[in-house]
Amino acid sequence: MNITQIIFWILSVVALFSALMVITARNPVYSVLWLIATFFSISGHYILLNAQFLAIVNIIVYAGAIMVLFLFVIMLMNLNKESEPRKHRLLKLAGAVSGGSLLLVLVAALRDTDLKHEHALVNEGNIGLIQNLGKELFSTYTVPFEISSVLFLSAMVGAVVIGKKE
Amino acid sequence: MYLLALDWWLILEKCLLVAVVVALSFFIAMYTTYAERKVAAWLQDRRGPNRAGPFGIFQPLADGGKLFFKEEIIPLASSRFLFILGPSMAMLTALLTSAVIPWSTPMHLFGRNISMQIADINIGILYVFGVVSLGVYGILVGGWASNNKFSLLAAIRGASQMISYELAMGLALIAVLMMTGSLQMSVIVQNQVQHGWHIIYQPLGFVIFFVCALAECNRTPFDMAECENELNFGYHQEYSSMKLGFYLFAEYINMFISSAVMVTLFFGAYDIPFVNEASWGLNANWLAIIGFIVFLAKTFFFLFVFIWIRWTIPRFRYDQLMNLGWKKLIPLALANMIVTAVVMLLLKK
Repeated sequence: MNITQIIFWILSVVALFSALMVITARNPVYSVLWLIATFFSISGHYILLNAQFLAIVNIIVYAGAIMVLFLFVIMLMNLNKESEPRKHRLLKLAGAVSGGSLLLVLVAALRDTDLKHEHALVNEGNIGLIQNLGKELFSTYTVPFEISSVLFLSAMVGAVVIGKKE
Repeated sequence: MYLLALDWWLILEKCLLVAVVVALSFFIAMYTTYAERKVAAWLQDRRGPNRAGPFGIFQPLADGGKLFFKEEIIPLASSRFLFILGPSMAMLTALLTSAVIPWSTPMHLFGRNISMQIADINIGILYVFGVVSLGVYGILVGGWASNNKFSLLAAIRGASQMISYELAMGLALIAVLMMTGSLQMSVIVQNQVQHGWHIIYQPLGFVIFFVCALAECNRTPFDMAECENELNFGYHQEYSSMKLGFYLFAEYINMFISSAVMVTLFFGAYDIPFVNEASWGLNANWLAIIGFIVFLAKTFFFLFVFIWIRWTIPRFRYDQLMNLGWKKLIPLALANMIVTAVVMLLLKK
């Protein structure tokens, strides 16, 4: 085992463990904090693949901004163990069925992929570096990039309009 | 010494550097508390602390000792783990940023070139932003875990303030990045050594960055998170002993590190203006030491400005703070960015 493999296994264990803790933690605040830990270990994986920009943007956007908003909402709603409503049994069944079907779809999609001959480029390849990523985004993928930016703008305008309503 | 295909001397070297930088941050933060009280005294025509040692220079030690010996209180109704996690995260995020700051030119010791920067990653500035955006959690977690409505209100105020000012800070920096064409801290510094400091080209960007840095450090006039007169004591109201000390100390470390970031981005880091140090014919090690002293001198100036502002300007009201952030600083930063882009396009740089 070389050092990359050791780091990979540590990161994977941390990612899986904290992802499990997200769904098993009783207190939603702890769930959010575990989710942040998950994002960190995934960022670690990105760094192993030399995708530094993706790694840091994952931390800035998800761990630094979106999770803060999650925490805001949860803290303001004051969700505690005691006040958590008991869910109806039918609702639990529906949740299990929909989650199971998602798993089925994922397994079906991954079943035919050829994993044996695909090797992840670890510690090499510079497509993930910010310079190459920028060039790709503004040359090959200009149209999708601009469309998604318009999408974000409309979401922002929508948020302002809703926020202004008395 | 190679083991697991790793150069362990490099790891040892970096560990030593980390230890030195962390110890230095603590030491400087300690004496910033002293400087704060002395400057405050000077501005208010008092004497300031003068009992512990000559001119009171042992005052920070006395303060630290006092905090250690205070009774440690963890409120019964708090969530115990998060209550301890809060100050730890505040301290951790305060210290993390120092990893990408280029303290000086490389040294040459024991046949190795030792870089005076812990990690010269090519996403340097984004790393700073990542850590700054995580700085919210110390306040938010601590404030919520205290199970006190004043703490919670202060935590939410502090967090929304930090998120709001991060935007303007990032936009102000994009202009600098356009000029250097790189996110790497060492490249940014080299660009300034060659073409003059960024403050000459980006004065507005610097002012916006500085105002945002004040807000990010929760310093007056933006210390909404700890308004004594409306929120008692803010997010660390329930904290006592060294856990309170961690919060207060993290603020001073934040001040030191953000001063260092400002010096790196806008004031040429270790560069001495108007002279070419390389032509002095000095040993690389001496140059590194001189560069480090110059870097610290610039940083101390900004620390002084931080303190000066605290004792001069009264606190903003919360809605004024939000107005300033969203309706003034962000459009200004955007305009600055566009003007920079247009000028660069016209000059075909």
